[in-house]
Amino acid sequence: MPLVNGGKIVDDSFVKLAVDTPLPESGDILVPAERFIAEADALLKRPGKVGVIWPNNRDIDELVPYLGKVAAVALVFPTFRDGRAYSQARLLRERYNYRGELRATGQILRDQFVFMLRAGFDSFEVKKQADAEAFMQTAKRYSVFYQPTGDGRITALHRRMQLRHSEGVGT
Amino acid sequence: MYAYDEIDRTLVNERVSEFRDQVKRRLSGELTEDEFKILRLQNGVYLQLHAYMFRVAIPYGTLATNQLRALAHVARKYDRGYGHFTTRQNIQFNWIKLAELPDALADLARVGIHAMQTSGNNMRNVTSDQWAGVAPREIEDPRIWSELIRQHTTLHPEFSFLPRKFKIAITASDHDRAAIKIHDIGLRLVKNEKNETGFEVLVGGGLGRTPFIAKTIKHFVHGRDILSYIEAILRVYNQYGRRDNIYKARIKILVHELGIEKFSREVEEEWQHIRNSSLQIDDEVIEDIRSRFTYPAYEKLPHMPDELRQAAADPDFEAWRKNSVAPHKVQGYSIVTISLKPIGKPPGDATAEQMDALADLADIYSFGEIRVGHEQNLALPHVAKRDLPALWKALDKLGLATPNVNLITDIIACPGLDYCSLANARSIPIAQELSRRFANHELANLIGRLHINISGCINACGHHHVGHIGILGVEKNGEEVYQITIGGRADEGAALGTLIGPGVKFDEVADVIEDVVEAYLALRERPEELFMDTVKRLGVEPFKERVYATR
Ligand code: HEM
Ligand code: SF4
Repeated sequence: MPLVNGGKIVDDSFVKLAVDTPLPESGDILVPAERFIAEADALLKRPGKVGVIWPNNRDIDELVPYLGKVAAVALVFPTFRDGRAYSQARLLRERYNYRGELRATGQILRDQFVFMLRAGFDSFEVKKQADAEAFMQTAKRYSVFYQPTGDGRITALHRRMQLRHSEGVGT
Repeated sequence: MYAYDEIDRTLVNERVSEFRDQVKRRLSGELTEDEFKILRLQNGVYLQLHAYMFRVAIPYGTLATNQLRALAHVARKYDRGYGHFTTRQNIQFNWIKLAELPDALADLARVGIHAMQTSGNNMRNVTSDQWAGVAPREIEDPRIWSELIRQHTTLHPEFSFLPRKFKIAITASDHDRAAIKIHDIGLRLVKNEKNETGFEVLVGGGLGRTPFIAKTIKHFVHGRDILSYIEAILRVYNQYGRRDNIYKARIKILVHELGIEKFSREVEEEWQHIRNSSLQIDDEVIEDIRSRFTYPAYEKLPHMPDELRQAAADPDFEAWRKNSVAPHKVQGYSIVTISLKPIGKPPGDATAEQMDALADLADIYSFGEIRVGHEQNLALPHVAKRDLPALWKALDKLGLATPNVNLITDIIACPGLDYCSLANARSIPIAQELSRRFANHELANLIGRLHINISGCINACGHHHVGHIGILGVEKNGEEVYQITIGGRADEGAALGTLIGPGVKFDEVADVIEDVVEAYLALRERPEELFMDTVKRLGVEPFKERVYATR
């Protein structure tokens, strides 16, 4: 599965561990939530970055105490129809100020990129190579956004206000 | 009328180009049907029995004449010359080709019309009172708030893949014409002691397999907080709404399973986190939206013009006027409801010719504005009383002056087996038969206000649960059977109807409804006692007896 990060297709430095995979000596690892919570201290002590795979039906509050220590949070879209992880993403970014990598995993298709970027994801395990290649083009599909989210994009409401005020200056 | 600016138009155009690309990928096989399905639904495209069905949004039911002409154009160019107005202030076209859909959308985009989120598990077209802005004694025009919410919910990055579809309706009048109590969120505009505008918020209403009347979750949410409050409700629903079973995925089930107290605590907690965020709306923003709604330059007109006095001699005109003309907030003007229920025709259908002609009439007589209501009728919101006789003559020529609004032949019906792939039974032929049975205006008038609602399956698109008489088609041993309920209503006193007994066969439905109506006429205490009041007073028993005694 191609990984898109920072808008480009990149190599994934993280190795995904299952609940019971032996811990590699070094290197970056992505660990399922239950294993992470159970072994957090040991995992965080070892060399290499640690990321966590957080399921979409597990309370994000449990992860909050570790947010300063994890290098990546991977949220899960079991199918693209299941949108729970959008809420989790916004909570992580906007309420808990999480600034590390926020990765979308599962069934990730190009038609969701705009929504995901706006919700705060910056890294994507994309299902189809063609979709990954179309990332930049698809991400730029929209230039108008109605809702304020933590992505900092200016909303239509505020763009109108700006236009109105700048029109007012000359008159 | 609300005028889209360059910003709104840009978004609609970007949406069209995205969908064009999605259709192209589907046609080339790059997208599977499963992947494409959600994308097309988010653009109002269903796959039906015979063809693709295309559902176009009419936000809060307001249309300008160039928009109505564009709908006529779509009917003519891409469909079979007609469209079907629905209970959700949408219009549906039943025979569109997938490859032509992007063009149809582009043609509509030119006049600021779109099909965004008219389907799919996202926030649907925001609906409101079709008399908004013109009804006497309304708190304020609810469309300003409807538009604010429409914008906020369009392509929302968090809530475009909800457990299930999500519907918001808004009213600002005591008499609820927007059926807010059968919506996922119902909003009623109110003023507080300080004369500030806010909302009573209701949540968890809906029909379908498990019908519920919405409950009040908060008596007053200030206008500036309404977006954050809605966002809090949706966030709780997105996280906790069931996804294991589509029949249990609506917010009404979550509210029911948690109880309104627990649900409202969850919402309250979420809301406290976000209410003072950038979701708070300042007055300037509201004023900006308000300023883009324009209102007609009404004249100072007499309450009772000569034209109207003279026309009163014509009993046909009078029959129509009494039935279809309602008071307007400005003296000398009226609101005219246009029945899309001519005797013997499918409810809610309009031909391209009728739409074009109506647009012309609205230009002449209603400052270029048309409204669509959830009863599948249209309205001209600003007609000078002196023009009523001329308007009536013109409508009559078009077959649009049937004087049956709110009477027994003003039937709401879903498309049923004639078009819908989910249907268990026919709806349209039942509506047609009933409308022929009660075609006599004197009789219908004698019966008085009586709403019949028909759905072809449990999904309740025809709102049968809240019909004064509800008819639900079900399938039993390969046969169409109809269950009859009475006593439902969709207005401020919303209630679900009660089943009167075992289902009846297709051929018997009209007879049974006649029996129910005869029973009512015999049972009512005085001619002013409406059907629903008699049912409320006596319950279903006497009706049941009358219907089943001889069957
Ligand atoms: C005139 C055409 C239609 C109208 C007016 C209409 C309107 C509605 C309305 C108002 C509801 C709301 C029930 C509620 O509040 O819970 C509904 C439910 C539903 N509609 Fe339609 N609809 C139409 C056509 C269709 C078609 C063609 C389909 C088929 C694909 C469809 C599928 C559904 C489903 C599945 C539900 C049930 C949702 C649920 O409560 O779980 N509708 N429709
Ligand atoms: S009620 Fe059933 S039959 Fe009628 S339109 Fe809705 S889904 Fe189709």
